Amino acid sequence: MNAAQLIKSFTLWEFLKAHALTLRYLFKPKATINYPYEKNPISPRFRGEHALRRYPNGEERCIACKLCEAVCPAQAITIESEPRADGSRRTTRYDIDMTKCIYCGFCQEACPVDAIVEGPNYEYATETREELLYDKAKLLANGDKWERALAANLEADAGYR
Amino acid sequence: MTEFFVSLGMAYGAAWFLATVLGILLIALPLMLAVAMVIYVDRKVWAAVALRRGPNVVGPFGLLQSFADGLKVFLQETIVPSAANRGLFLIAPIITFTVALLGWAVVPFGPEAVLADINVGLLYILAVSSLGVYGVVIAGWASNSKYPFFSALRAAAQMISYEVSIGFIIVCVILWAGTFNMNGIIAAQQGHGLGVINAFVVNPLLFPLFVMFLISALAETARAPFDLTEAESELVAGYQTEYSSMSFALFWLGEYANVLLMCALLAILFFGGWLPPVDWAPLYLVPGWIWLFAKIFFFFFVFSLIKATVPRFRYDQLMRLGWKVFLPLSLFFIVINSGWLMATGHFGAGS
Amino acid sequence: MIQLFAFYMFATIVILAAVMVILARNPVHSVLWLILAFFNAAGLMVLVGAEFVAVLLVIVYVGAVAVLFLFVVMMLDIDVASMRAGFVRNAPLGFAVALVLLAEMVLGFGAYRAGGLALGTPAAPSQALPGLSNIQNVGALLYTRYVFLFEMAGLILLVAMIGAIVLTHRDRRGSAARQDIARQIGRKPVDATVMTRPKVGEGVEL
Repeated sequence: MNAAQLIKSFTLWEFLKAHALTLRYLFKPKATINYPYEKNPISPRFRGEHALRRYPNGEERCIACKLCEAVCPAQAITIESEPRADGSRRTTRYDIDMTKCIYCGFCQEACPVDAIVEGPNYEYATETREELLYDKAKLLANGDKWERALAANLEADAGYR
Repeated sequence: MTEFFVSLGMAYGAAWFLATVLGILLIALPLMLAVAMVIYVDRKVWAAVALRRGPNVVGPFGLLQSFADGLKVFLQETIVPSAANRGLFLIAPIITFTVALLGWAVVPFGPEAVLADINVGLLYILAVSSLGVYGVVIAGWASNSKYPFFSALRAAAQMISYEVSIGFIIVCVILWAGTFNMNGIIAAQQGHGLGVINAFVVNPLLFPLFVMFLISALAETARAPFDLTEAESELVAGYQTEYSSMSFALFWLGEYANVLLMCALLAILFFGGWLPPVDWAPLYLVPGWIWLFAKIFFFFFVFSLIKATVPRFRYDQLMRLGWKVFLPLSLFFIVINSGWLMATGHFGAGS
Repeated sequence: MIQLFAFYMFATIVILAAVMVILARNPVHSVLWLILAFFNAAGLMVLVGAEFVAVLLVIVYVGAVAVLFLFVVMMLDIDVASMRAGFVRNAPLGFAVALVLLAEMVLGFGAYRAGGLALGTPAAPSQALPGLSNIQNVGALLYTRYVFLFEMAGLILLVAMIGAIVLTHRDRRGSAARQDIARQIGRKPVDATVMTRPKVGEGVEL
């Protein structure tokens, strides 16, 4: 240990240098955004909250083919179906357990009619666990609520699929 | 304050009682408010150093964040682990909190504004600060859980180690001030630096002690870089692991009240307490407590910055620093200081 | 009036806590009761105007000694049932000890009633210096009249400390666990690394 080092360690030189650095950083512009008021732009492929879409005439798209149920790696989707009065096959039950879902996007990839999609919404935290067990009504309501954004995202991504 | 109540026509005993209770409330309630604000400052400083924003949603600039947290914690359920020692488990946070408040009884906020102006003031603070560890130790033991227990053992050893050097540093200050009374120590600092600056810290014989005291205070309050008692990478959350709700909040409040007490002690011992920094008449027009608060806040900012800057010590490094560096150094400075004071006849001709 | 009340409160708690120290089944509880006893003893000291002694009691006994007790006792893993098992076997020994203690107490009280033993009178009664706080009084007494005893006590403690260190010290020089922080910090890139520019297929000569 030489003299310079001795002086350095007794004057806490390295500590002072470190604090000068953090003090400089203290006044730097922030790297993060002001989240609830500012939001980052997201990709059209963003996989957020699920929604069941309808055709423009109000008919629900889902034909109960159960491909999404089959492909779901987390087995979060449960579907039951029955023929409707007009003879078409429709779901009587379409549940997604959002606590199981891993947001892989396989369901929307598997869907032949673009019925189940993952939308751009990521702010759906709830106070109870039960609220995260989505049923068909909730998913359809989501679809109605986000239809414009969902349609725009699908169109933006259509060329790549 | 007692005189004021006596002048209202009360008996002396009743007036004294009322004045003391009022004094306690006058210290404890603003202290709790200060703790809430100081937690906010802490979080803001760490965030700013990490180029984040910190709390910014609750109230203007997120100022009310601590109160929102407090409310949340208040509404939670207190969970007592079934294998815990129920009585001690619940008493531990109360001990921490109470002891953290006790020390403030002798902190002078002005020449007259002190709850208990006792002549062993500094020793009293030393005694009270050594009690703070009991809350942690009891909590760690009563939780009947592995990590809290490790945390308790660490806290006990750490606290004892650094108390020794704190004691010696305090002795040096006492030698210069010639009294244990807090107001006396502050008064002794008037014009200490070249007859102009009201602070012991400008004294070259005391400046190294100030630095050592700052570091020991960090260790004594178990703050970063010495927060080994709650080293989350090793001990989950240390002694607080099993706690929830208000009992957790009491630990939190007590910890920060202790940090503020240490900041106040730094201000009083080395930076002239309620004296303005420079011995210049117009500055005395500003009330003393404003100077004291400004100094406390400054030191708290330093504490925050240190927490944001320095990585955590390893446990053996902490012990090495306490016993092999600070203890010999502080003993050396006692010899130097008392020798200097004797040589220059500081104590008068051999009374 | 209030002093009297405070005295009886402190005194009662001291005695109760002291009784609980030996009655508590759990050793950690015993230590905690002991701490309570220390505290209230400090309260008694304040009542007789010896605030220095009171604060010292809290700093030294509560702040350091009891923490160490707690430190050790906490790590004990005591099975209460196995401790109770030896009661019958140890009972005769217990009675014997109790008998000895009783005899000593009777003797002690008897001797006290018979009058004190003359150990000689102090040269001058040690009066508290008027107008000084009791820290200054203690200091004035310790460093003048009792300076020899005081220094001797210090020396004995020093010897005890050195003895403890010598007994427990292990020389670990040469072991891998040893850390020389100064050497670690003093290490520069220049000391530890070499820059070479090896040709293709030739490797590095170190």
